[in-house]
Amino acid sequence: MSIPWLTAEVVEIAAETPRVRTIRLAVPGWRGHLPGQHVDVRLTAEDGYQAQRSYSIASPPEEPAIALTVERLDDGEVSPFLTGELRVGDEIELRGPLGGYFTWTVERGGPLALVAGGSGVVPLMAMVRHRAAQASRIPAHLLCSWRTAEDVIFRDELARLAARGDALEVTHTLTRTAPADWRGHTRRIDRELLVEVLPGPGARPTAYVCGPTPMVESVADLLVSLGHMPERILTERFGPTGGRS
Amino acid sequence: MHTLFRDRSALPTPRSDPTRARVEDGRRAAGAIVITRGFKSRRPHGDPGRVPPGQYVTDDFPVLSAGPTPRTPLDRWSFALRDVDDRELASWRWGELLALPSSTITVDIHCVTKWSKLGTRWKGVTIDALLEAAGLDSPAPYVMALCDGGYTTNLAMEDLLDGRGMVAYEYEGAPIEPEHGGPARLLVPHLYFWKSAKWVRGLMFMEDDEPGFWETHGYHLRGDPWKEERYSGD
Repeated sequence: MSIPWLTAEVVEIAAETPRVRTIRLAVPGWRGHLPGQHVDVRLTAEDGYQAQRSYSIASPPEEPAIALTVERLDDGEVSPFLTGELRVGDEIELRGPLGGYFTWTVERGGPLALVAGGSGVVPLMAMVRHRAAQASRIPAHLLCSWRTAEDVIFRDELARLAARGDALEVTHTLTRTAPADWRGHTRRIDRELLVEVLPGPGARPTAYVCGPTPMVESVADLLVSLGHMPERILTERFGPTGGRS
Repeated sequence: MHTLFRDRSALPTPRSDPTRARVEDGRRAAGAIVITRGFKSRRPHGDPGRVPPGQYVTDDFPVLSAGPTPRTPLDRWSFALRDVDDRELASWRWGELLALPSSTITVDIHCVTKWSKLGTRWKGVTIDALLEAAGLDSPAPYVMALCDGGYTTNLAMEDLLDGRGMVAYEYEGAPIEPEHGGPARLLVPHLYFWKSAKWVRGLMFMEDDEPGFWETHGYHLRGDPWKEERYSGD
């Protein structure tokens, strides 16, 4: 049986950063999802024109609504609409859950080495929220790379989760500019940062790496070179390669 | 940081427009179209004869891989055809593959994640040429592509023959970059691009169609973009 398109109603829109919105959707007929999975969104214009895109789910399975956290891409067709024009009460269509590989539940165990570049944090956030909802104490380290402090998504919630004392650690690094009072790291994720922050290969962590392609390529290569097993490094990449096209 | 635009007064009022009718469980009623208020096309529409349904055209070349990019040195690289019992039938080292008769094709490629890229140029060895070099005549109805990093994908033999599939080693006149599947990737452009397996190292013949990596994770067994065969059951 094919996965049906469902009608989803926008029940809440929250501004995370100037470029990022979290869209909470009520989806009658939703069959549940695993942290890390995504949905296809389909928008239909009055003239019948349709556009489809994939978005990771930010909410854990424990919440009834589906939350999509969407970053505005200025040259995009769907994300400027979702982050700028969509309103509470509007209807969109979605299909899912999709993607059965880049997923984690507490049954899978740990430790977890989560590495995010920008909005790549979204599927990892579903994992961290699920872990908290399950009152899990599985050791988990979340390392997030952002361009500037203004781009940090989920900053307050991540600080609250890390303060629970349940073996979740969250580390931020800023790659472009940092405010004077910034006490975190201020460089791209490099070998030293991975060694300092994440569990080593001896702890046999499962790594989930999600972000723009060059960042994921770099982090996955570094993890392999540090001795992490390639089959325990799960990746999700988005955006162009930056190379010839 | 969390500014809520919670506007309860803006919740929808019941609609009488029959085109918006939907059944209780959220599935669309037959024929109903859910129009999203205010959504408009922001780009020139792709040629529907050239861009399959649900796809958009990009000039970028996005990368999608489930794990780290494998890097096998060329002096340890080989490509093998294997029988249904996984025994090697024929094998070529890197230099031997390059010495086989090559073909260059310019094709459109379509990724299941919605992007299509038009007019991409590839050079490689067709599956027809590999079978001929091995002295084999379409030995089984299905194959599993085997790749560095453990990736697999299943294909029907008829989707590979008559010039429809190749082992490609050049993209736009240059060696294929590792993140795009180099040194060699399968190229089966008439199917969604996950079938064009990166880092391919062999084909194993199969009597029955068995799911590969993405096919066991919810994706379609064949993946024809013109039929929008994205997910299992489509």
